Amino acid sequence: MSAPTGRSLHPGLNLGEEHGDDHLEAETSVFGFWVFMMSDLVTFGMFFAVFATTVPLACCPGPKELFDFGSIAWQTTFLLLSSVTSGMAVLTMKQEHGGRGACTKKLVFWLLLTVLLGCGFLYREVSDFLSMAAAGGPPTRSGYLSALWSLVGLHGLHVTAGIIWCLVIVAGVLVRGVDRRWKLALLRWAVFWHFLDVIWIFIFSFVFLGGLL
Amino acid sequence: MFEALFGRLTWDSIILVQEFEDPNLNTFITAGAAAMIPLGGALVVALLFWMKWWKPLFEWLTSVDHKKIGTMYIIFAVIMLFRGVVEGILMRVNQAVALNGGFLSSDHFNQLFTTHGTNMIFFVAMPFLIGLINIVVPLQIGARDVAFPKLNQISLGLTAVGGFLIMISLLVGEFSTGGWTGYPSFTGRLINPGVGPDYYILSIGISGIGSTLTGVNFAVTIYKMRTAGMSFMRMPLFTWTALCTSILLIFAMPPLTACCLMLGLDRYLDFHFFTNDMGGNLMNFINLFWMFGHPEVYILILPAFGVMSEIAATFSGKRLYGYVGLVAATMCIAVLSFMVWLHHFFTMGQSTTVNAAFGIATLLIAIPTGVKIYDWLATLWGGRVRFTTPMLYLCGFFVLFAIGGLSGVILANPTLDYQLHNSLFLVAHFHNVIIPGTLFGVLAGIYYWFPKIYGFRLLDGYSRITAFFWAFGFILTFLPLYQVGMMGMTRRTVAYEDPALVPWMVVSGIGSLFLGLAFTFVLLTLWRSVVNRKKLMVPLGDPWDGRTLEWWTPAPTPEWNFAVLPKVDGRDAFTEAKAKGTAYRPIEKYEDIEMPANTYYGLIIAALGSGLGFGLVWYMWWLAVICFLGCIVTVITYAFLPERKKTIPAAEVREIDEAWRRAARESRGVTRDDECNEANQGLARPDIITNP
Repeated sequence: MSAPTGRSLHPGLNLGEEHGDDHLEAETSVFGFWVFMMSDLVTFGMFFAVFATTVPLACCPGPKELFDFGSIAWQTTFLLLSSVTSGMAVLTMKQEHGGRGACTKKLVFWLLLTVLLGCGFLYREVSDFLSMAAAGGPPTRSGYLSALWSLVGLHGLHVTAGIIWCLVIVAGVLVRGVDRRWKLALLRWAVFWHFLDVIWIFIFSFVFLGGLL
Repeated sequence: MFEALFGRLTWDSIILVQEFEDPNLNTFITAGAAAMIPLGGALVVALLFWMKWWKPLFEWLTSVDHKKIGTMYIIFAVIMLFRGVVEGILMRVNQAVALNGGFLSSDHFNQLFTTHGTNMIFFVAMPFLIGLINIVVPLQIGARDVAFPKLNQISLGLTAVGGFLIMISLLVGEFSTGGWTGYPSFTGRLINPGVGPDYYILSIGISGIGSTLTGVNFAVTIYKMRTAGMSFMRMPLFTWTALCTSILLIFAMPPLTACCLMLGLDRYLDFHFFTNDMGGNLMNFINLFWMFGHPEVYILILPAFGVMSEIAATFSGKRLYGYVGLVAATMCIAVLSFMVWLHHFFTMGQSTTVNAAFGIATLLIAIPTGVKIYDWLATLWGGRVRFTTPMLYLCGFFVLFAIGGLSGVILANPTLDYQLHNSLFLVAHFHNVIIPGTLFGVLAGIYYWFPKIYGFRLLDGYSRITAFFWAFGFILTFLPLYQVGMMGMTRRTVAYEDPALVPWMVVSGIGSLFLGLAFTFVLLTLWRSVVNRKKLMVPLGDPWDGRTLEWWTPAPTPEWNFAVLPKVDGRDAFTEAKAKGTAYRPIEKYEDIEMPANTYYGLIIAALGSGLGFGLVWYMWWLAVICFLGCIVTVITYAFLPERKKTIPAAEVREIDEAWRRAARESRGVTRDDECNEANQGLARPDIITNP
């Protein structure tokens, strides 16, 4: 581990040399997580591909009857804002936790705000699913609906996992302080959270906007 | 109450009970196989008590040492290979007498070819290769461990879950009858509502996640953990193929996960991904499956190519010919492997243009593969060639794999494929690449690296006989299948009515017995070698005059691999150091080495994953929910537990390393003439090298 600390060691935000060995340790860990994200991206790609091959059937309600565009706009707002707040959390860590004993309050605030926005997203998504089911569009009705529910649902499950992960990190930094383990966890979680944003932009454009056009 | 507790599991689900209800030869065989599970389990437990092996067993199961994890992968693969070979023999022997019906029922035969295929691909070939990669790659790149040791243990655990599910299906319930490709609608709930397809989905789905994680782990290990000076173009060829395989695992496993998930949703929650009605489309499954399935073929063959490259160089005492070409060819194959999946279903309704495009892409793969074969041949040319066991496998590979590859070129032509698809010609083709390719590569690799990890060679005579049995058994079993395939016999057929097929099927059946003998000799070789290990010791660590870093350590390799991480300034760094006489120079300064401590993480995940899979198969929802939540709790708990490391003091490292270096300097070593004799202590003496 004799790499110069000044340069960027892995894609995305680096801790920087004021974090000393934590910065060096992040190289393998965060790079590895990026690789895993590429794999996950292919999983989403497969669900997108299957969705692209299906068409709404005449038997069941289609996008126009099922999609509540106002709610989708809210979900998008929540998720994009949560991406900003998660970025603020990581920047706070980068700038204020290079040394020991910095106050964790600010970091925890940004993380909890992110969780809150994530929960807002999930709440609207789940209520959309429920109203879709009530409007005669449960996933068991047609191939199109199966693909729609599972693609959007897979993203929703990822968001749920991201929220749980974030809460674990909050608990971690409160119990043990912002040490190396939680710094690296936070860096990886941030990659994950931004990734979900990117996926959502594709879902928004292809599934919802594309469906309504 | 019973149903809430046991779901759809009833007394009749247990195969042994069925034997009493309807005794005949067919149920006798299924009952025999089912009895193997409790009997084998009881035998293992008795052995553990008898030999007092419980402590070492847990020492191993909780280990994060890449060499031990690799060994466990290989042991797992050997156990599964036993089952796969027995199933293969059953099918071939049945076919030998199957004119107007053999002794197996058609349902049993369907299960046999399904489990044989699933088992051999996912639980024999992949664990064998991942095991070898685990053992060898960190040593070849000069690292002490993989990038994520605990993750490595979890990958092994998830693979074991898949193995558990496919094994328990012998005793409880049944396995899928839909072939290893599991096409709906045949595996859909409408046609097959039983537990078989659920076992199939869960076993390959869960173990597939483990394989994805293995891919991530080894890609990162190779990118980030190389020792000083080990640039990409100085990496040994096996490491290159391991890198390509890892990349393929990262990108090819997700389609499998996705199509398993979708089929699962169809079966469990009544979705319509692949159903015949309501806008489902089974072609989506077939496309997704082969988007995984074709790269999978190269996941299986590339590491075997890597082994062959190492062997060709080492056992001819020469630098590998055309290193850059071999690296480029490996990369070409890895990229092309994603562009040919459609050739698995030329006959399923695409336009001729699409078929032609994929046919040409498939033909293109023959070019880099041909480059490789010529490179290996040129490596042997003018070298100090020794016909050791790995070299026998290499020669068998040259001839037989070329035949298999060429029959692939035939099948790549869509017009011919229309005639040959779904026939035994195809079965002959893929066995012809997997056995002389993957299996020969794995067996050669095991013989080659065995002394490195365990400190003693495998007995030469037994190993050679084993190699000949494999080759002979393969030729007898599978070459006749080309013929009957061209005569029109379809694959997966339990019986036939054309007497002209009988002689070929009899030869094939006899051949399969030789393959059984070959497997027996694998075990026999191991057993006799362990018994005679004192005479086979190679403590100085370099029995074959190796060229790459892994031979630059004592045998068996200590847990920390390298006392001081080596510095590399060229390809074949070890050969250069030996030529300069600097290989075994004393080292001035030793430092404490920190290694990750043992952990129960992987074992817990494996146990919970098995419960989750079994619960889902049998609709025991409480079990599935508990195990799933258990997995999450385990992951979170381990996120809080302090990282446990063990420190190996510099003094201990010094003692072992200095003793090894001193012994190497004092030993005279052996020339290549005495390579397979007791005189070989693992130090190579310079030999006549015509063309270094």
